[in-house]
Amino acid sequence: MAVTDPTATPLAAPARPDKGRSLWTDARRRFFRNKAAVVALVVLVLIALFAFFGGLVARYDRETVDFTLMGVNARNGGPSLATGHYFGVDDSGRDLYARTVQGTRLSLMIGLVGSLVAVLVGTLYGAISGYIGGRTDGVMMRIVDILLSIPFMFVLILMLVMFGRSLLMLFIGIGLTSWLGMARIARGQTLSIKNKEFVEAAIATGVKRSAIILRHVVPNLLGVVIVYATLLIPDMIIYESFISFLGLGVQEPNTSLGALISQGARQILSGGEAAWQLWFPLGFFVATLFAFYFVGDGLRDALDPKDR
Amino acid sequence: MITYILRRLLVAIPTILILIVLSFMLMFAAPGGPFNSDKPLPAAVLANIEARYGLDQPYVVQIFNYVKNIVLHFDFGPSFKYRDQTVSGLIAQGFPVTLTYGSWAFAVSTVLGVAIGTVAAIRHNTWLDYLAVGSAIGASVLPNFVLSPILVLVFTIWLGWLPAGGWSNGGWEVVVMPVIALATTYVASIARIMRSSMLEVLGSGFIRTARAKGLPMSRIIWRHAMKPAMLPVLSYLGPAFVGMITGSVVIDIYFSTGGIGQYFVNSALNRDYAVIMGVTILVGVLTILFNLLVDILYAWIDPKIRY
Repeated sequence: MAVTDPTATPLAAPARPDKGRSLWTDARRRFFRNKAAVVALVVLVLIALFAFFGGLVARYDRETVDFTLMGVNARNGGPSLATGHYFGVDDSGRDLYARTVQGTRLSLMIGLVGSLVAVLVGTLYGAISGYIGGRTDGVMMRIVDILLSIPFMFVLILMLVMFGRSLLMLFIGIGLTSWLGMARIARGQTLSIKNKEFVEAAIATGVKRSAIILRHVVPNLLGVVIVYATLLIPDMIIYESFISFLGLGVQEPNTSLGALISQGARQILSGGEAAWQLWFPLGFFVATLFAFYFVGDGLRDALDPKDR
Repeated sequence: MITYILRRLLVAIPTILILIVLSFMLMFAAPGGPFNSDKPLPAAVLANIEARYGLDQPYVVQIFNYVKNIVLHFDFGPSFKYRDQTVSGLIAQGFPVTLTYGSWAFAVSTVLGVAIGTVAAIRHNTWLDYLAVGSAIGASVLPNFVLSPILVLVFTIWLGWLPAGGWSNGGWEVVVMPVIALATTYVASIARIMRSSMLEVLGSGFIRTARAKGLPMSRIIWRHAMKPAMLPVLSYLGPAFVGMITGSVVIDIYFSTGGIGQYFVNSALNRDYAVIMGVTILVGVLTILFNLLVDILYAWIDPKIRY
């Protein structure tokens, strides 16, 4: 386990206290041995840099229509260094590079927020449910089961329609659903943790129940939670992109990868002359998802080796 | 077994009711009624319209009537925007279409997924296995809305083999692309689940016994390994069903197939609450019933399950 024995006497170099190999150092070593995961991590960092600093090299902003390309978008609006539209322009002549930067940023943020809510709410919910057990556990998990059996995409669209399509609503809607799976996983892990000796010891020394959950159970859930949270990010990105693809998600002038893919896809339907409008956002979308899957997979091997 | 089914039904019915009441509450909480427009209607006219749709009644009465009409007459009320259409009428128009390509996609992903997963497990650590795992990972980043435009680009624009959309009474040419777009990610997921569960089953004691008896491999797979290995796939079919019914919205929009998804999105853009709620509730009920079916099937197949 994560506990290193502090009384173990180091054999050599007594001047420098020997650092035990904690679970985390061990995991880091295992992660960096996994080449696919490391490459994916590098790709992910590059995408994040692009999303947050790519705007600095854009020659246009995401809203300005380039009137010099009026009417000749499909022929002359393609990606080119000469015009400064590195990724070409979109249907209405706006710079696709600037829009892709912003879309990628929004998609990443959606993924992170959804995942963060899952970590906070789901972990606590699952840990409490699993630790208390009994009838409380039954009721709490039945609620999760019921919520999971509702097709949330439809309910979320219902909410977006009724309360207006705003970014906030999108974040709320995605946060509402993302924690359910996490709650189940956290509960399952808690069930095995709560019978461990260190929890017994905590109970014996009279630690309060809430403190046991927060200080003893939750930290030991972290490995699994991190793995699952990473794997949840691409799901959340897909989720948001799906809604934006339908035109029900982010609103102009904001955009997301899903909204951009949607525009590119419509371009394909009308003949596909301006196929770059599909390829650039789609490339970033696919690369982001791939990177998250591989990083998540690497983390799973590193943090949760038994689950193979 | 009967008591198990009854008990599951007892959970399913309140879930459906919760869904209906929840969506109704959302509608009441929403700012602005469905008939608010930029040019406000005279109060008397508005009152008349609201009476026509039953919106002048107390909330509880409205919910009660709504549920009663659904249960007794399968009537979701009139559409708020298409004046001469009822929600049930719209659903009746769109649903057969969705059902057609949806069930194809469902069948294709189950059969293909199980087949690929099984082959990959039997040929564990050969190039076939690697190919299957690799394509499964590749397919998992191609959700329907990414795959659809790529398919149109390849099959319609480059190759010219298939029409880009439409329905024309469901001939095979219009069904192919929707089915591929909808099924691909699920083929991949099912193949992955099947592969790992088959590997686990093939490593267990009773398979070793069967091999020791000298049974041929094909017989071992079909008679002994298939059933237990299918169980995890079976429990994945519930989420897969939800995913496909959700994905059908993209299909209907992109391929103009005319299924319920098209009405759903158009109503969402028009704020036609009646249609959105009708479709949401219908999909919810279908999902819950499907999950119930899967659970019963599971309990029936798996002798270890306690009910």
